[in-house]
Amino acid sequence: MTQQTIALEVFRYRPEEEHEPTFQTYEVPLKKEWVVLDALNYIKDEIDGTLTFRWSCRMGVCGSCGMMINGTPVLTCAAFLETYQPGPVRIEPLANFPVVRDLVILMSDFMEKLGRVKPWIITEKEKPVAEGEYLQTPTQLADFKQYSMCINCMLCYSACPVSGLEPDFIGPAAIALAQRYNLDSRDEGSAQRMEILSQDDGIWQCTLVGECSAVCPKGVDPAGAIQRYKVASTNDWWRSKLMPWGK
Amino acid sequence: MSHPTRYRKYHPKLYRTRMPIFWWVRKWTHIHFITRELTSVFVAFYAIELLFLLRTLTRGQEAYDAFLAWLQTPLALALNTIAFLMIAFHSITWFNLAPKALVIRVGELRIPPVAIAGMNYAGWAVFSAALAWLILSA
Amino acid sequence: MKKSNEPLWWAFFGAGGALSALCLPALLFLLALAMPLGWIETPSFEAASGLVHHPLARLFLFALISLSLLHWGHRFRFTLYDGLQLKHLESLIVVFCYGGAIVGSIFAGFVLWQL
Repeated sequence: MTQQTIALEVFRYRPEEEHEPTFQTYEVPLKKEWVVLDALNYIKDEIDGTLTFRWSCRMGVCGSCGMMINGTPVLTCAAFLETYQPGPVRIEPLANFPVVRDLVILMSDFMEKLGRVKPWIITEKEKPVAEGEYLQTPTQLADFKQYSMCINCMLCYSACPVSGLEPDFIGPAAIALAQRYNLDSRDEGSAQRMEILSQDDGIWQCTLVGECSAVCPKGVDPAGAIQRYKVASTNDWWRSKLMPWGK
Repeated sequence: MSHPTRYRKYHPKLYRTRMPIFWWVRKWTHIHFITRELTSVFVAFYAIELLFLLRTLTRGQEAYDAFLAWLQTPLALALNTIAFLMIAFHSITWFNLAPKALVIRVGELRIPPVAIAGMNYAGWAVFSAALAWLILSA
Repeated sequence: MKKSNEPLWWAFFGAGGALSALCLPALLFLLALAMPLGWIETPSFEAASGLVHHPLARLFLFALISLSLLHWGHRFRFTLYDGLQLKHLESLIVVFCYGGAIVGSIFAGFVLWQL
């Protein structure tokens, strides 16, 4: 029996050769156990070594193999080829990011935004080690646990139309990450983060399209984090206007 | 160490795209989104229509009758039917999204999102019944 | 950078969205569909005037109308920004959306005062 194949239409962009991207079609074996990333590696190894893309862990943990498959941002290591039958499967770099080459996008802007929300535990005064560990109940852990699952794969930025329209928008993952620390019982930095996220390029450009939460491969709900932040920021604003003397 | 290390500078020629103006017609979820956003136009439309109905009460019987007659014209009925569908869509999407912004706790327990949406729908029923009772008993 | 003043408008947007979602479907259905189509009896001029005469009724109607308009103002502003990519006309849009909602609210206050 001959091996069934499926066509992959892959976005190619070689800046030293061309100004505009093109699509190149590759026929790859349609194997039951293959994900799209396996097919890309097959192309790289067997057909065309010049195809460039990022990947690492192959198991949905590292967050580096995110791409647009047929217009939807997904982790290619978690997207089985079979589900795209009969094809062709269109593979593009993550939307809303500048493309460096082929399927590789530039993530510096995203990395800068992540750092801006101070994603670490902030305490006013560090407890001496001799006093023991910071204790946390399972309920306190449950408050922020889902937000800590983020793997920085940037699928949410790709799915978010506002990120595409407003390059300054700090974006879903950064806000969810801020919320991960705000809701941590050991943290005391929520006021500092509020200073950053209450600015015009913080939470306020979000119009709750909700796609960020829909595409998240780890079940994080950035859309929910942003709405809760809007409520908190609104309370904070009105309190500061109506009771300027109170802190 | 007399020669300082010299790296070739990284100069990627980045490829950037712009979102098309009508980006929201390409995906079902985006059509849903833009429809939800446009319900606000119909909310404002009915708020103004209601205001004009109330204004006839300051201007006497004739104005009131004329407005009621206008409400019976096919144009008014068509507009109001569309407005009703859009505003109902506004209510449904609003109540479904309410749990995203609203986190209520009773002691240690966080009220599940479904229950919060449920309370919103219950409130909708209560408000609708109260308004219907007021209007029908007038 | 300083904190945004967006919370002012967002609070009105939220309050108006909730109030309009709770009240407008029933009001619209009864007053603009069921009544003109003869499914329910139309209140007489006197009965209608009596119904809205109570100060609480007028206060409720003012809140409903002005918050609905402010809800529109905020949401429509972003629809113009994102849906039609008109953010370069920001000041014009802000004046049109919030200005329109405020003028409408003043008009509503004026009408309801006279009832």
